[in-house]
Amino acid sequence: MSPKKQTGKGRRNREKIIRFFFFGVALASITTLFLIALFLFVEGVPIFKVVSVSDFVFGKYWYPTDDPAAFGIFPLIIASIAVTLVSSVISIPLGVLTALYLAEGASAGVREWVKPIVELLAALPSVVIGFFGMVIVAPVLQEILNIPTGLNLFNASLMLAFMSIPTICSLSEDAIFGVPVELKEASLALGATHWETIARVIFPASISGICTAVILGMSRAMGETMVVLMVAGGAAMIPTSLFEPVRPMPASIAAEMAEAPFHSDHYYALFATAIVLFLFTLAFNVIAEQISHRYRQVGAATL
Amino acid sequence: MENASKMSVQNLDFYYADFHALHGISLDFHENQVTALIGPSGCGKSTLLRCLNRMNDLIPYSRADGKVMLDGENIYDPNVDVVTLRRYVGMVFQKPNPFPKTIFENVAYGLRVNGKKDKGFLREKVETGLKQAALWEEVKDRLNDSALGLSGGQQQRLCIARALAVEPEILLMDEPASALDPIATQKIEELIHELKENYTIIIVTHNMQQAARVSDVTAFFYLGKLIESDLTETLFTRPKLKQTSDYITGRFG
Repeated sequence: MSPKKQTGKGRRNREKIIRFFFFGVALASITTLFLIALFLFVEGVPIFKVVSVSDFVFGKYWYPTDDPAAFGIFPLIIASIAVTLVSSVISIPLGVLTALYLAEGASAGVREWVKPIVELLAALPSVVIGFFGMVIVAPVLQEILNIPTGLNLFNASLMLAFMSIPTICSLSEDAIFGVPVELKEASLALGATHWETIARVIFPASISGICTAVILGMSRAMGETMVVLMVAGGAAMIPTSLFEPVRPMPASIAAEMAEAPFHSDHYYALFATAIVLFLFTLAFNVIAEQISHRYRQVGAATL
Repeated sequence: MENASKMSVQNLDFYYADFHALHGISLDFHENQVTALIGPSGCGKSTLLRCLNRMNDLIPYSRADGKVMLDGENIYDPNVDVVTLRRYVGMVFQKPNPFPKTIFENVAYGLRVNGKKDKGFLREKVETGLKQAALWEEVKDRLNDSALGLSGGQQQRLCIARALAVEPEILLMDEPASALDPIATQKIEELIHELKENYTIIIVTHNMQQAARVSDVTAFFYLGKLIESDLTETLFTRPKLKQTSDYITGRFG
């Protein structure tokens, strides 16, 4: 064999090894994630021998340590949905409008400074935000509104909003900034003002990216544990006002897991709660994926 | 050049931050004529075109000195409203850039932002615009389809229709056929011929045959300076300067 061909073979083998290595790494992480999900189901499903799925999901009473115990997580589900929705009402307008300002209103200099700062907010550990809500916001709420506790649905939502604003703002800003400058110029050249251009061209063209950002932000709020554990108040009741304490699913799991005896009904019930939470966040992510995918394909012709 | 000058550039300098892109340009554009701006890449012809509807205002740290008179009024006067100016000076870009909306909404866009809401009026203007751009027959049955489903040449004619719908007086075209195939290019060129009946057209082109085919007057730019401008026929057959003749015969650039 000529030396030329031999070198070629050596390089081909190296390529094969490198490809095999990357395949192995990818396989390892995907398998691990899959095994975690599998474990979740294995450990959660046995509770349904004790209560039916509908009694579990729609049961109004969560008394896992009573005798007889009540495993109804409806108040926890409502709490999770409530804090997510209330926090979205705060974080979506703030996040999206900030993104619009950064991408379109701000000068290049301001943008260069403010965007990294907003992204840094995402780096704040959730325990710090929870601590802030507990020590600063809660007493203030209690004082001003004259309510029994400042640790409640509203406080938790406010803190969660702070946590999801960086996600929503940063991803939306990327989407808005990614609108081709040609579209913007076309609009301006037709005698549209800057804000007309934003409202009629730039915003509609980036709406899929903004929706994805919003849903990922909401999914983050729903899955967040430490903040709700610290400031939501912890009462497993269906709230009737914004200022009542609640117990979202992640808080319940985190607070009780250490106390639940291994392979007890309580233990299984907590894993089953985690399954429900997982299905919620999974749904959010699938929706986000769908939206960005669909709009990309039809080229937003539906506008 | 017997007819009146519609737009007149007087001693215009333009800077991108520290880069001096246009040097003391003076040039008149006449009504119902097509003026072609030619020259090698980076010669400033597109910059000049984008000065005429102040599209360059968008570029940070850019600056224009000098005057551009439109019907005797300096468009760089501080009192001039850029938004109003752009309604009189329409623009077609190098790459077809339809909005991700329906064909109808693309053409109606300029009318809508100018406050026109009446459905019948919009329909009429959209039809007129599309007919002027020789696109009506091809799209009349699918006005509510996405504009992004059209071919490149159709998209560019849609962009022309969109610009015409607001009834500008001047039409700026920045290499409008450079992204198109020869057949689509021919259609655009025929269109330019028809449009000059009603509009003052200024076109930037890289293609010298195209300049020779479509324009009445040609201006040759090099390194940010206007080298020579004349009737197209004269410039292409008897250029006064050697630099011009070198360029048009393909010896450089």
